[in-house]
Amino acid sequence: MILLYLIIILLAGGILAWISGKWNSLFPRIISIIVLSVDLLLTFSIYLNQETGQQNSWLIDYKVAWIPSFGISLHLAVDGLSLLMLMLSFFIGLIAVLISWKEIDKNTGFFHFNILWIISGITGVFLSLDLFLFYFFWELMLVPMYFLISIWGHENRIYASYKFFIYTQASGLLMFISIITLFFVHGSNTGVYTFDYFGLLGTKMPEVLAYMLMLGFLAAFLVKLPIVPLHNWLPDAHTEAPTAGSLILAGLLLKTGAYGLLRFAIPLFPEASVQFAPIAMILGVIGILYGAKLAYAQTNLKRLVAYTSVSHMGFVIIGVYSFNSLAYQGVVMQMIAHAISTGALFIIVGQLYERIHTQDIDKMGGLWKQVPVMGAMGLIFSMASLGLPGLGNFIAEFLTLAGTYKANIPIACIASVGLVAATIYSLRILQKVFFGKDNAGWKIHDLSIREKLITGSFVIVIFYLGLLPQAIFNTAQPALNKTLNAINNIKTTDSNLTKKENYTKSLSLDMHRVK
Amino acid sequence: MIKTDFLCLTPFMIVAIAPILMMLTIAITRNFKIIYGFSLLAFIIALVSVFFIMPAVPYRISQLLIFDDFSILFIGIIIIASILVTVLSYGYLKSQESEKEEYFIILFVASLGSLLLVSACNFITLFLGLETLSISLFILIAYRRVKDHSIEAGVKYLILASVSSAFLLFGMGLIYAGTGFLEFKGISMAIKLSAISMPLLSAGFAMMLVGIGFKLAVVPFHMWTPDVYQGAPTPVAAYIATISKGAVMALFIRFFYVLNGNQNQSFIYIITIIAVLSMFIGNLLAIRQQNLKRILAYSSIANLGYLLVTLLIGNENGIQAAIFYLISYIITTLGAFGVISLLSNSGHEADTIDDFKGLFWKQPWIAIVFTLALLSLAGIPITAGFMAKFYIIFRGINSNLWLLVVSLIINSVIGLYYYLRVITALYLQSDTIKISSISLTGNLFLAFIAIGILWLGIFPEWFFHFIARYSGMQ
Repeated sequence: MILLYLIIILLAGGILAWISGKWNSLFPRIISIIVLSVDLLLTFSIYLNQETGQQNSWLIDYKVAWIPSFGISLHLAVDGLSLLMLMLSFFIGLIAVLISWKEIDKNTGFFHFNILWIISGITGVFLSLDLFLFYFFWELMLVPMYFLISIWGHENRIYASYKFFIYTQASGLLMFISIITLFFVHGSNTGVYTFDYFGLLGTKMPEVLAYMLMLGFLAAFLVKLPIVPLHNWLPDAHTEAPTAGSLILAGLLLKTGAYGLLRFAIPLFPEASVQFAPIAMILGVIGILYGAKLAYAQTNLKRLVAYTSVSHMGFVIIGVYSFNSLAYQGVVMQMIAHAISTGALFIIVGQLYERIHTQDIDKMGGLWKQVPVMGAMGLIFSMASLGLPGLGNFIAEFLTLAGTYKANIPIACIASVGLVAATIYSLRILQKVFFGKDNAGWKIHDLSIREKLITGSFVIVIFYLGLLPQAIFNTAQPALNKTLNAINNIKTTDSNLTKKENYTKSLSLDMHRVK
Repeated sequence: MIKTDFLCLTPFMIVAIAPILMMLTIAITRNFKIIYGFSLLAFIIALVSVFFIMPAVPYRISQLLIFDDFSILFIGIIIIASILVTVLSYGYLKSQESEKEEYFIILFVASLGSLLLVSACNFITLFLGLETLSISLFILIAYRRVKDHSIEAGVKYLILASVSSAFLLFGMGLIYAGTGFLEFKGISMAIKLSAISMPLLSAGFAMMLVGIGFKLAVVPFHMWTPDVYQGAPTPVAAYIATISKGAVMALFIRFFYVLNGNQNQSFIYIITIIAVLSMFIGNLLAIRQQNLKRILAYSSIANLGYLLVTLLIGNENGIQAAIFYLISYIITTLGAFGVISLLSNSGHEADTIDDFKGLFWKQPWIAIVFTLALLSLAGIPITAGFMAKFYIIFRGINSNLWLLVVSLIINSVIGLYYYLRVITALYLQSDTIKISSISLTGNLFLAFIAIGILWLGIFPEWFFHFIARYSGMQ
C-alpha cells in the first residue's frame, strides 16, 4: 500500500501545486519540496526496514485488480534495484525543484505539476510488475516531459519536444505490441491470461518469436537509453530543455531504459538476450566512442554534456549484456553515478547560462577567476565524468569493464579506450570554460547559498559513491541475482552452447568475489 | 403485441413528435430559449424512455425494426450525444439574428434518422433512416446560408449524399433481385442455403459498400469530409463526425455480422484495404492542415479506419471493441468540436490553429479539456483513446491481424505529430487570443467530456462489463 501512496502523493501534490500556483508562485515550490521529501523519507524507511535480513528479494509486494477482464492488475513491488532507483528519483526531483527556484518565474504552478507528474510516472515505471501498468506509466511520463521542454525550453524547444515525444512514443508502441503478444502466447500455453510479470516469466515460446518480442522491448529501452543509431532525440531534448528538464532526462529518464533491460528484457527473454548480446555489445562500444567523439566536437556546452550521456550509457549496454554480477554492479553504479555527475554538469551549465546567457563554449573562458566555487564544482564533476578514482563513476566504469572483460575481451579493450576519450572531452570543458583566456570580459557573481547547497549535495553523493560503494552493492545484489539467474537457468535446459557455459561459469565466480 | 410495439417505439415517437410541437410553438411565438429548453427536455424524456424498453428486448417489429441490446445501447448513445450537440448548438447560435429556432427541429429529424438506422434490420428501414438523416444534415450544414463556405459545403454534401444513396439503392436492388429478401437475416439465409448467382450479389454488395463508405467517409470515399466539416456550423460538424458516423457504423456492424462478412475472403480483403488506406491517407493529409476542423475531419477518416479493424476481428470480441472505440471516439470528438464551438459563434469561427495560440494561459480550463481530447485522439494513457486503441490492438493481435495492427501503430505515431502541433499551439506564449466567457452549460459540457475521457481511460472495467452485457445482437 505504501508503494501506491508514493505515486498518489506525487499525483495529488502535482495537482495541488498547479492550483496553488494561481495565488502565489512560492506555494508550488514548497508543496513540491514537501511532497518529494515525504516520498524520499518513505523510501528511506523501506530501505532501513530491509536490513532485517529477508530471504525474499522483494521487499514489498502490493497487488490489486485493476482491469480484471484483461488480466491487468495494479501490481507494484520493490526490490533493491527499484529501491535505489526510487531514492535517486526523489533526490533528483528535489534538486530539480531547487534549481528552478530562480530560473523558472513564469507559471510555476504548471511547471511543478509537470515535474511531479514526471517523477510519479518514473516512480510507476520503477515499481510496476504488471506489464500493462508498466507501459501505462512508461507513456504517462512522456506528456509532462513534453510540456516541460516545449514550454520552458530554449529557442528550438518545439522541434526538440516533438522529436522526443515521437521517438519515445513510436518505440514504446513496439514494446506494447510485444507485451500484448507475450500475453497471448503465455495465455495459449497455460490458459492463464495475465499481464503479471511473475506469471509471464519463463514463458515458453519458439526461438524466433522470442527474439522478435525481445526486439520490441529493446526498441523502447534502447531508444530511452539511448543506443547509437537511436540516440538522435537525446542531444536536442537535453539541450533545449530547461535545466530541471535536462537533469530529469539525464538523471532519470535514461535510467528507465537501463532498468527496463535489467527488469524486463533479459528475465523475460533470456535465450534471445544471450543471442543478442554480441550485437548489443558492439552497439554499446560504438556508442561509447561515437558519443565521446561527438561530445568533443560540440561548441555548445549543453550539447557537449548531452553527448557525454550517450558515451556513458554505452557502458551500461555492454555491462548489461555481459551477464555477470561484477558488470551488473557496475551498471547499477553507473546508473546512479551518471545521474549525479551528468546532472551536476547540467546544473553548472544552467547556472552559467543564467549568468552569461549563452551556451557557446567559444564565448566562455577564464571564468575561474570570476567564479572559483563554480569552477571547483566543475572540476569535481568533470573529473567524475572522466572516471577519476575516488568518485562514483570510477567504480562504475571499472566494474563494468572488469565484468565485460570476462565476457568478451575485445569489447572490453575497445571500451576502455572510451575512458581516454572521456578524459579528452572532460578536460576540454574545464579548459574552455574555466581556464584559458577571458575573451568576453564577463563580470559575474559566484554561486549563491542555494546553488552551493545543490552542488554541494551532489559532491557529497558522488564522493560517497566513490568511497563507500558497498551499501549500494548490498542493496542491489539480490535484485541483480534474479536477472542473472534467468540467464543461469538456460544452461540447465540447454548446455550445448559453450558460450552460455562461459557466462554462467564467470557468474558463479563473481558471486563469491563481490560478497 | 401492439402494446410492446408502442413501448419499443417510444423514443422514436418522442423524437418524432417533439419537432411537430416545436413547429407549433414557433408558429405562436419565436423564442430561442423556449425551443432550446424544450429540445433538451424532449431528448431527456426520450433517454428515460429507453430504460423502460430494456425489459422488452429482444423484440422485433414486423420485419422492419429490431430492438436488441445492441440497438438499445446505440439508441442511448445517440440520444446522449444529441443532448450534447444541442447544448453546443445553443451557445453557437445564440448570437445569430434570425431563424435560429428551426435548427433544433431539423436536429430532431436527423436524430430520428439515426435512431432508425441503429435499429434497422431491413433494407427499407435502412434506406429510410439514411435518407432522413442525410436530408436533415444538408439543411443543417448550409444553415448559415449567408456564409459562402456553408452553401458550398451543403451543396457538396447534397450531391455526394444523393450519389451515394443512388449507389446504395442500386446495390440493395441487386441483392433483392438475387435473394428475394430485403431483410438482413433473410439475405443471410438465402446466401447460405441456395446457389445464387454470385456476380449479381457481388455487384450488389460492392455498390452498397460504396454507399456506406461515403457516409462513413472512408478512403477512397472521403473527399467531401474536410470541406463539409469546415463549411458546416461547428456543432453540425460534430454531429456528422459522431452521431451520423456512429449510427451508420452501428448499422454496418449489424449488417456485416448478420451476413457473416468476416467469413467471406473478398469482404476481408476489401475491408482491409479500405481500413489501411483510411488510416494512412487520413493521417498523412492531416499533417499539413492549418484549419482545426479540417484536421479533425482527416483525423475522423483515420479513426474510422481503426474502427473497420474491429469488423475483421469477428465474433462478439470485435463488436465489443467496436462499441468501446465508438464510445471513446464520440466523447473525444464531441469534446474537440465542443471546444471549437464554445469559442466560436455563428459570426466567427475559431477554427484555425492560430485562434488557439496561448489559450492555456488565458482560459486554462478549456485548454485542459481540449488537451485531454487531443491526447485521447492520439491514444496517450489516462485518456479514453488509449484504452480504445489498446482494445483494438489487443483483439487484433488475438486474431492475428498483423497488417492492420502494424499500420494502426504506425498511424498512431503519424497522428501524434499533428495532434502535438495543436497542443503546442495551446501552450505558446501569445497575447492575441480573445477571452470569451463560457456559459454554465458550456462548463458542464466540458466537465462531462473531461470526466468521460478520464473515466474511460483510467477505470474502464465497468465499461467493459457494460459493453459485454449490451452488445448482444439478434
